[in-house]
Amino acid sequence: MTLFLYYPSDMKYTSIINNQTIPIGQIPLVSYDEFYELNAGFITDSPEKHCVNYFGYPIGERIKLICCIADDLTHEINVSTCLVNPQDELTSLTSTLFCFEKFEREIHENFGIMFSGHPWLKPVRYSHNRKDLSKTIAGYPFYSIDSDELHEVGVGPIHAGVIEPGHFRFICNGEQILHLEIQLGYQHRGIEALFLNKSKLAERVAISESIAGDNVVGHTLAFSSVWESLCGFQTSKEMNFSRTVALELERIAVHTGDLSAACGDVAYQLGNAVFGRLRTPIVNFLQEWGGNRLAKGLIRPGKNQFPFTGELATRLLQVLDAYEPEFNEMNGELFRMPSALSRFERTGTVSEETARSVGTVGMIARSSGLSRDIRLSHPHALYGEINHEPVIKHHGDVYSRLQVRKEEVRQSVRYLRDLMTRVPECNTNTQPMGQTQPDSFTLSLVEGWRGEICHCAITGTRGELVMYKVKDPSFHNWLALALAVRNNEISDFPICNKSFNLSYCGHDL
Amino acid sequence: MLSFILILLAAFFFTGVINRTKSILSGRKGPGIFQPVKDVLRLFKKGAVYSKTTSFIFQIAPTIYFSSVVMAMLVVPFGQSKGIISFNGDFIFFAYALALGKFFSIIAALDTGSSFEGMGASREALYSMFAEPAFFILLGSLALLTGKTSFHEIFADFHLGSSISYALAVLSAFVLGMITMIENSRMPIDDPKTHLELTMVHEVMILDNSGFDLGLILSAGLLKFSIYGALIVNLFIGIFPYQYTIPMFFAIQILAAVIIGTIESFMARFRMSHNAQFIFALTSVSLLIFFGVLMVLGKFI
Repeated sequence: MTLFLYYPSDMKYTSIINNQTIPIGQIPLVSYDEFYELNAGFITDSPEKHCVNYFGYPIGERIKLICCIADDLTHEINVSTCLVNPQDELTSLTSTLFCFEKFEREIHENFGIMFSGHPWLKPVRYSHNRKDLSKTIAGYPFYSIDSDELHEVGVGPIHAGVIEPGHFRFICNGEQILHLEIQLGYQHRGIEALFLNKSKLAERVAISESIAGDNVVGHTLAFSSVWESLCGFQTSKEMNFSRTVALELERIAVHTGDLSAACGDVAYQLGNAVFGRLRTPIVNFLQEWGGNRLAKGLIRPGKNQFPFTGELATRLLQVLDAYEPEFNEMNGELFRMPSALSRFERTGTVSEETARSVGTVGMIARSSGLSRDIRLSHPHALYGEINHEPVIKHHGDVYSRLQVRKEEVRQSVRYLRDLMTRVPECNTNTQPMGQTQPDSFTLSLVEGWRGEICHCAITGTRGELVMYKVKDPSFHNWLALALAVRNNEISDFPICNKSFNLSYCGHDL
Repeated sequence: MLSFILILLAAFFFTGVINRTKSILSGRKGPGIFQPVKDVLRLFKKGAVYSKTTSFIFQIAPTIYFSSVVMAMLVVPFGQSKGIISFNGDFIFFAYALALGKFFSIIAALDTGSSFEGMGASREALYSMFAEPAFFILLGSLALLTGKTSFHEIFADFHLGSSISYALAVLSAFVLGMITMIENSRMPIDDPKTHLELTMVHEVMILDNSGFDLGLILSAGLLKFSIYGALIVNLFIGIFPYQYTIPMFFAIQILAAVIIGTIESFMARFRMSHNAQFIFALTSVSLLIFFGVLMVLGKFI
């Protein structure tokens, strides 16, 4: 390993808080060996720390690696960097710490850097700007078996339902799943490159809305926070208020829809119909507020496009008053019905140990007993004032994941009711945003309904974007799904998949 | 002949009534009760598409499946009126005519070479195998009770004279009802509405069928429902005159369809591994009928 630049300093990393912009030069540049030791040291035996982003970007011929480790206790994010040659063979962090698995694969795919000791160094998504264009998605190297007893079942990429494309390759012993490999990348649109290529802010924010259609508020908020932080813009009280309300509404809407779909997958028609209907007034309220059921156009950097008024507050309370009793009644039915419980309980279990080792985030982590919630650990918008307490379940099965959804919906309704008692005055005179600061690094974490969304931006000498990195929570959690279904029946896979409800396009970018 | 016509008529509305019940119970209006028949007629107007990996088995299987169901339909009597054909041991013919059709649909599913359809075929074969003892112990017991071996004679002699034979009839109706659900891939064994190949049983086997072939398979499905419905009706109508039994026939068929629709609305389907246990448990109910018959005949205790 070659050493390029080395600042002799005690600190080998910089700690920042959520949405903080720092000069890129402030992050100490260390050798890969030190980088490895540092980040392995952070993760090993520290359940409160996890990797929120790890990526590389080219600087001339070399590649700069940036690793961001969030510490839930100190509320800080430890950022470290190193410069490597693309020809170098680096020691893999994944060989001992599985939470780096996808990140190292991504770096390998994009820059051709070899990670020795990585157990599974396969392409992630066949991005347009990958190093080796001769490798195509049709030639994905599947793990395969040569056995007379076992059989392979390939599902997708055309999905039976109307969700997104992904290929699932099962190795089964009769009805029992021994191994599942999930191959994604069919949805790759080159989102990160588009952020750099498009120069208008309106275009960029529209791209951020399209990262994952079911998580519009989360991703737009992450982009807006990054941008505002880069421009040194201070968000006003009422902007934070609308954003918090929008994020919680999105959580309620999607969680309710997921409960409906979970009922559909076990052929429980009543739950399917009732939860499906309950989702509608919530998304319709978003339409009433911002003109779009999926909250597109609602959040914009530096301005409060659709101020949350007193009339809207009254309307929202009416919607919630109608929603809550029916939601509770249907939950009472569903979670007391033996035939449904027998499908949910002990199905698709992710143990706490597995959840931690693969670095799961968001509600999947919370269903397996990990307290991982950006709203508590790295609060943004109004979450600092809310005294958020994460909903945590311990069994890690489908039942726990549905319970987390149910209780998070109730919690969000509570938060919304509380927020509605103190709707801030509308102030349309917001100050204009300045220019983006040059040579800076920004990181924004947002707890969307699925889990933590992480957007990172690096600017060049003229303040232009040189790197924009998006990480959807699904990026961490897909591996947990593949492990959860092992030794389950193959016919239970759909309900497991639905209980995770991970994003294909958020992963593929 | 009468039974043939009645079964045909009941087939027109049976599945439609189930679907309508489910729609209403989930707060929707739902399609008309003749929609399943209209779907079949639409499919009959279409040509079929065949995958290049399939052989002639795949092409003849839907026809054999449909004709096996029609063959089984021929032996079903209605009260005092015989089926179109009737002979000693025709209930064995009935079961194995249906089994022949099922055999062909299973090998046709395997013929497609799809891993899904293979899974569906193995599930269907397993469940049919487990359901078979229940059917034969039931019919065997009734044959023992009446001393006759054809459907027509068994049902004609099965008088509901004593309370024990009412009990037997109710238990038999339960067993036949559950076999209906298994044979027609309904809840809680199978979910006919699902779009998820991995959880399907019967539906996944016919994924590759299209057009006319699919129409045949679906119409066989419609007929099977009313055939089993007719068997259940036969347990109760005995020697009543036609002016009572024909309305009773339709009433019981509609009631059965509404019950199925209601069950499907208010419960989740079983986990796949519980299905086998559940189906096999039906055999024990059949055994109960068998011991009941032995008691009635004084051969036991």
